[in-house]
This record gives sequence, structure tokens and C-alpha cells, in this order.
Amino acid sequence: MSKIVRTIANLATPFIFMFGLYVIIHGHITPGGGFQGGAVFASGIALLIVAFNAEKVQNYLKESHLSVIESSGALMFIGLAFAGICVTFFYNILIGSPLFGQIPPEGSNPGFIWSAGVIPLMNVAVGLKVIAGLSGIVLVMALVSSNVRIDE
Amino acid sequence: MTESLFNIPFIAVAALVSIALYIILTKRNLIKMVMGIVILESAVNLFLVTLGYRSGGATPIFTNAPQSLMVLPVPQALTLTSIVIGVSVTALMLSMIILIHRHTGSIDAEKSRKLKG
Amino acid sequence: MGIVVTLFFACALLMRPFGQPPSDMDDYIINNAQKETGANNVVAAVVFDYRGYDTLGEATILFTAVTGVVMLFRRTKEEIL
Repeated sequence: MSKIVRTIANLATPFIFMFGLYVIIHGHITPGGGFQGGAVFASGIALLIVAFNAEKVQNYLKESHLSVIESSGALMFIGLAFAGICVTFFYNILIGSPLFGQIPPEGSNPGFIWSAGVIPLMNVAVGLKVIAGLSGIVLVMALVSSNVRIDE
Repeated sequence: MTESLFNIPFIAVAALVSIALYIILTKRNLIKMVMGIVILESAVNLFLVTLGYRSGGATPIFTNAPQSLMVLPVPQALTLTSIVIGVSVTALMLSMIILIHRHTGSIDAEKSRKLKG
Repeated sequence: MGIVVTLFFACALLMRPFGQPPSDMDDYIINNAQKETGANNVVAAVVFDYRGYDTLGEATILFTAVTGVVMLFRRTKEEIL
């Protein structure tokens, strides 16, 4: 692509990544969460693939690493669901404890980050899964027409 | 009769569904069929979200919330799942169209009906 | 096909009016979500806590779709030689 597109992609990409991570982590206070923030992050990676060649992006972002990230996100989600198995399947176990367990007052209030039990950790797990999944789909479909062998 | 003229979101959903059915049933290009399926999926998401609206309601979030009624949160949660399912189905359909073009050389729906090896 | 389109538009005009949803289940969820889950965002509490099974199924669908797309574009050794 031309020099203007490459320069703007170099300048705008850190802000897109930072905004995506902000939407993922503040999922229990503001609108957003795991799926929405993961989609924002994956569209930042799609901007990199369009501006530079897909072969150059593949040198930095191999497919084996993406599958490791996605599998670890799925395992973390299931592990958090099984953590409260003594009561029922999806029990929120971290509410009273000092790690994430503050309960906000009734009615309208400014939000606290260290609240809401298991929900922020589940947001991070689903966010990792969506980032790796959508980036993998866009990268594989961009490499098809370049006749590049996809390694194991 | 005049109070049913305010159901404008439901009329919009009916219009979108009929346009999508017309596209899927009468076009022969495979990519236009995929576009029709995406429009149908968007119409269903719009219908789910506008089912749970209360008059004069606010967003169901307690951070700096105004003092009024709140909109129902459960249809919004179901729509979130439906959007992700639509993205996955679209990605798989487009990959199969690329493979069909590689094997038969055309993207006409009438020419790729023979089950050859 | 004209019959189907006419039936759709008739259903859209005869539905219940726009601002009055039919269910009362969400009153319990809105009133008790801050005490039981501790989250300010009621939609996030519904997606991950009250209806966690649906999110588990959706994560499985994402995983299956990504596996399918990557598998369809894999070249074996005899196609390259």
C-alpha cells in the first residue's frame, strides 16, 4: 500500500489496541465486555494486515501461537466455571473475599473496578478467545490468495 | 388502528425479512445469496432487541444512572450470542465459496449442482 | 411468495404496542443483581452469571468455526510438489 496508508496505520494501531483492552477490562462497570473488546482488538489487527502484506504480518504472528492463546482462554473460562462446583455449576465464588469482592451500594453510583467476583476474570478469558479466533480467521483468509504454504 | 402505526420497528423488521427472502430465492450468484443471509440475520437481531423496550426507559447499567425505569436486559444478552453465531456462519460460508471457485471455476449456483469427485 | 410477505406485514401491524414488553422476569433481575453478583452492569451479570450456559455454548461455536476455517485451507505435501 502507499506511504500515507502505512504511516497512518503505524500511528493509529497502539491507540486501537489500548481502547480494545480498556473495553475488555471495564466490562462490569461500563457497557462492553469480552466479545465487544475482542472485536475492537481484532479489527486493529485487520488494519495491519490490509496496510502491510499478509506475509510480513505472518512473520510476527504465527498460527501456532494464536491457537495456544485461544485454547488457554477456553480452559480458563471452564476452570472458573468449575471453581464453585461445591454449590452449583456457575456459582460466583469470589464475592466476599478481598480479591474482587466489593459489593457496590444500592442505586446509582460511580463504579468500582475491584468488584463483581468472577465476572472480570471471565471477561478476560472470553476476550482472549475472541481476539485469537477473529485474528486467525482474517489472517488465514488473507493468505489464501498469495500462494503461501501455511505451516503446521 | 392509529396506535398500531407506532410499531415502526416491527414494520422495519417485516420489510427486512421480506427483502432478504426475495434475495435468497431469486438470485443465482452465490455471493449475493450470502448477502441475503446476512440481512436476514440482522433483521432477527433487531427484532430481539426491540422486543424488550419500556417506554421512557434507560440503559440497564447502575453507574451514574438516571432515576427512571430500566429496559429489559435479557434480550440484549441473547442478541450478543446471536451476533457471534452470525459472524461464524458467514466466515464458514465465504471459505466454502472460495473452495467451490477453486474446483469448478464459476460461482453460479446452477453450474455447481453435479456431484462429481 | 406474496402470501408470505402479506402475512409478515399483517403480523407487524397487529403486535402489541411498542413500549410494553410481555414479561415480568426481568424485574427480579434488575432489583437483585447488585446484591447477588456485585456488578454494576446488569447485562454482563446476565450474560456471565444468570445465563452462563449460553456463553459456554457460544464459546464452543467460535472455537469450532475457527477450526473449520483453518482446516479448509490447509495444503498437504502432494499439492505443493
